Amino acid sequence: MTTRKSYDRVTREDLVLFINACFVCTGQKEFYGDSIGQNVSIAFLHEYVLGNYRSLYAHALASGINHFNQSLIIVNLLATGKQATSEQRTEEGKLIATALRKLPPQRALATLQRLVKRRVNNRRTRATIRDYLSSRKDPNFDAIKYRKRVREVVRHSHLKITDERGTLFFTKLNKVKQFQVPLFESFRQAHYAQEAIYRLPFTVAEGFAKKHKIPRDRFLKKIEPKMTMQEKLRLQSSAAKSGKSVPEIDLAQVSITRLCLYLLSLKHSEREEKRAKFMEAIEGSVTRTLNSSSKNLGRVATVLDRSYSSSGSSEKQRRPLALAWACGRLLQSMAAEYQAFWTLPVEDELMLSAKGQTDLATAMLAALKWKPDLVVIVSDGYENDPPGALSELLRVYWEKLDPKQETTVIHVNPVFNAENYIPHTVSPLVNTVGIRDAEDLVTMLEFARFAEGSTPLSELEDYLSARVRSFLKSTQRS
Amino acid sequence: MKSTIEKIDLTGLTLAPAQVWGSVRLVPLIRDNAPGDLRIAPRKYSEDQMIVSLERGLVDKGLKYSSYVPHGLIMNWNTDGRPVATFKTQIAKQEGKCFEFEGCSMRVTQRMIKREAKNRLRLLPMHVAMEGFLQLHFGGPDIAWSEYSREALALGLSPRIEESLRGQWVPGLETALRVFEIHENQVGMLVFVSDELASAFVVSHPDDYRELHRTLLEDFYGETLFYYGLYGSAPEWIEEIDGEKVNSLSDLSQAVASMRGKFSQLQSQMADKLFGRELDIKNLYNFSRFSIHHFCTNLDPASENHIGEVILRDDGTVEYMKTYRLSAAQTRRAYLLSQLAANQWNITQAAASLNQTYNELILRIKNAGFGYLLKDHVIKDAIKKAR
Repeated sequence: MTTRKSYDRVTREDLVLFINACFVCTGQKEFYGDSIGQNVSIAFLHEYVLGNYRSLYAHALASGINHFNQSLIIVNLLATGKQATSEQRTEEGKLIATALRKLPPQRALATLQRLVKRRVNNRRTRATIRDYLSSRKDPNFDAIKYRKRVREVVRHSHLKITDERGTLFFTKLNKVKQFQVPLFESFRQAHYAQEAIYRLPFTVAEGFAKKHKIPRDRFLKKIEPKMTMQEKLRLQSSAAKSGKSVPEIDLAQVSITRLCLYLLSLKHSEREEKRAKFMEAIEGSVTRTLNSSSKNLGRVATVLDRSYSSSGSSEKQRRPLALAWACGRLLQSMAAEYQAFWTLPVEDELMLSAKGQTDLATAMLAALKWKPDLVVIVSDGYENDPPGALSELLRVYWEKLDPKQETTVIHVNPVFNAENYIPHTVSPLVNTVGIRDAEDLVTMLEFARFAEGSTPLSELEDYLSARVRSFLKSTQRS
Repeated sequence: MKSTIEKIDLTGLTLAPAQVWGSVRLVPLIRDNAPGDLRIAPRKYSEDQMIVSLERGLVDKGLKYSSYVPHGLIMNWNTDGRPVATFKTQIAKQEGKCFEFEGCSMRVTQRMIKREAKNRLRLLPMHVAMEGFLQLHFGGPDIAWSEYSREALALGLSPRIEESLRGQWVPGLETALRVFEIHENQVGMLVFVSDELASAFVVSHPDDYRELHRTLLEDFYGETLFYYGLYGSAPEWIEEIDGEKVNSLSDLSQAVASMRGKFSQLQSQMADKLFGRELDIKNLYNFSRFSIHHFCTNLDPASENHIGEVILRDDGTVEYMKTYRLSAAQTRRAYLLSQLAANQWNITQAAASLNQTYNELILRIKNAGFGYLLKDHVIKDAIKKAR
């Protein structure tokens, strides 16, 4: 009986660790660690969980983890199909198909490409590729926009293509007189005629614009209708910097994390200039995010870290800071009463910047004085002024001042610590959960109770199964 | 130059809790209300080598100091105590002369501390202290004892050479400085490697510190610290709060404040081999209300020893400071020289005072790298007898 119990405990701990890591790690460079360390660490975790808890590993796909880790799971599952039982395989198949469909197409295709690179070409892989490609709404568009990716995947899986895509992929273009599909024909013409490139997707047209030596300014103006929202957002600052016309976008449609990242990338003078517009966009984005899962959390305080380390790394510039801001804004809308406490007091959130040391204790004391029901800490967890103060403070607070633990504290960490396979925690008494996008905050707050360690394994399994059921039901990309 | 025995302490500076990365512990020094009448800015030198003419003209014969000098410091001050603009906002002309010699670029400049204008001074950081260290008993034997070579009697210790390592080579220091979160009002830093004080660095104004933070990496460090750096990690200290005494939130914030105080106390204890210890201080230069000194601890081979340079305000406040931890071998060499000098360079007498035989002392001088002071046959005889 005890062995059963300890087996359950180990399983639960491993699984919580794994899912936590999968929420936050993207294998990119962090402020405190390089990308090699991050990749080695997360790859090991995947292998370990796959080897020991295969079906739970597959279920993790549905738990809302980030795209990078979903992609890794899909590849790992398909590469090791031999080790699965037939029931496992059926379930995995469904999960993989749904997950792929929910991923943005460039990431789904990159996942399939990873299979090509690892030379995984079993029957299940070929079927997955076939089903994914046939599930796409506009295969002709994909064939142009993601031409190299689709072509590589098709060639790898020996997929029989009977329509004109086959000609597009595998015939030299100068041998083709004319395509029947208008988009393909535009693609062919774009090699010779400038006008044709404006009928192509932005990323494809960009290459042709260079080939035809079209001035960037003129190109951007004419291609604007073909640009996606993300592409427009990406171009905002670079276009403004070079003094060229900036494509108009509705910032309220941008997700809150991306919006905060974008705003933090702007100079203070620019932020001041369009203050009203930006504030409105933040409001809009928050309301849009919370529409589906609005929740009343009561009296909420946040302890937000804006220390120098929240400036992130060259690959994740200012991400921890943006997440702190975004999480704060989301919680503000979810709470009946709300108050934010920054590590270095902020007068105007729009003028936010990463500086100073990580003094969580002072902010936490101020937060506790305000008597909240829930305190959410958003920090990378490297507390240094003084180290360990927050942990001691909370221990004594709960021991002496709040023995019934009426105040709950949750630590949300945007940074994965490669050495410990887990986001750095500020205190053993606080549940730490990793986060990559502020939009996952609701999921993470739900998940936080498992991080604590008192909930039994069966409950975690039930939670995951419920997520799996709802995941499979909603096949549409959210 | 008058030499006095004094103590230097960090009055007016608060020690904030350290930030640890690997084996490197960085302790920030905070100064509230810096007056801003002395500002320090870096000046980059891109040459591979710098030759500092210590005597006479720029390219005349005379005593020279040569080293790799990546940056100098420019001091600006106001005599009436009002804040002053940093040097970077002012216009400067080129310093010294630059040469290109067999693919190696070289700058020749004058003096360690050079007045460039009425209220501007150029100082070569760390090199002021190192020059003082190299000049210890630099004159060599003043009585022509028969053991010493002709060169030693004519030229003294010249050329006197010491080696040290760049900050980049101290394991973990680069990352530690990168991830360090600078405090508001921070004006300095104590650098510990494996909990041994490697260097203390203080400037006058917080803005200058921000500018100079990265130059800690360009400074040089004793070779011992390289090996200490390999030892892995310095432990994180955790201070506990006594729960018994806490009855309200204000008690709790009191407890956190006292926790900070304890860190400050512990850390200053770690640096007591430098601060609060009697130092041999030499005044080098005076300007306005400030004076530049270099100093050296008592060179006891059994203890850790530091050399350094410091600018003091007339009330004794440390306005600038940079120290260098001597490696054990460097300490031994300096100790040996001081013992020889104390015995008027008489080897027999020095050997007696060091509890050694004559022969052993000859070999010790040779092993310490001062063989060039002695005649060849004296060393050969000593080696033969030792067999």
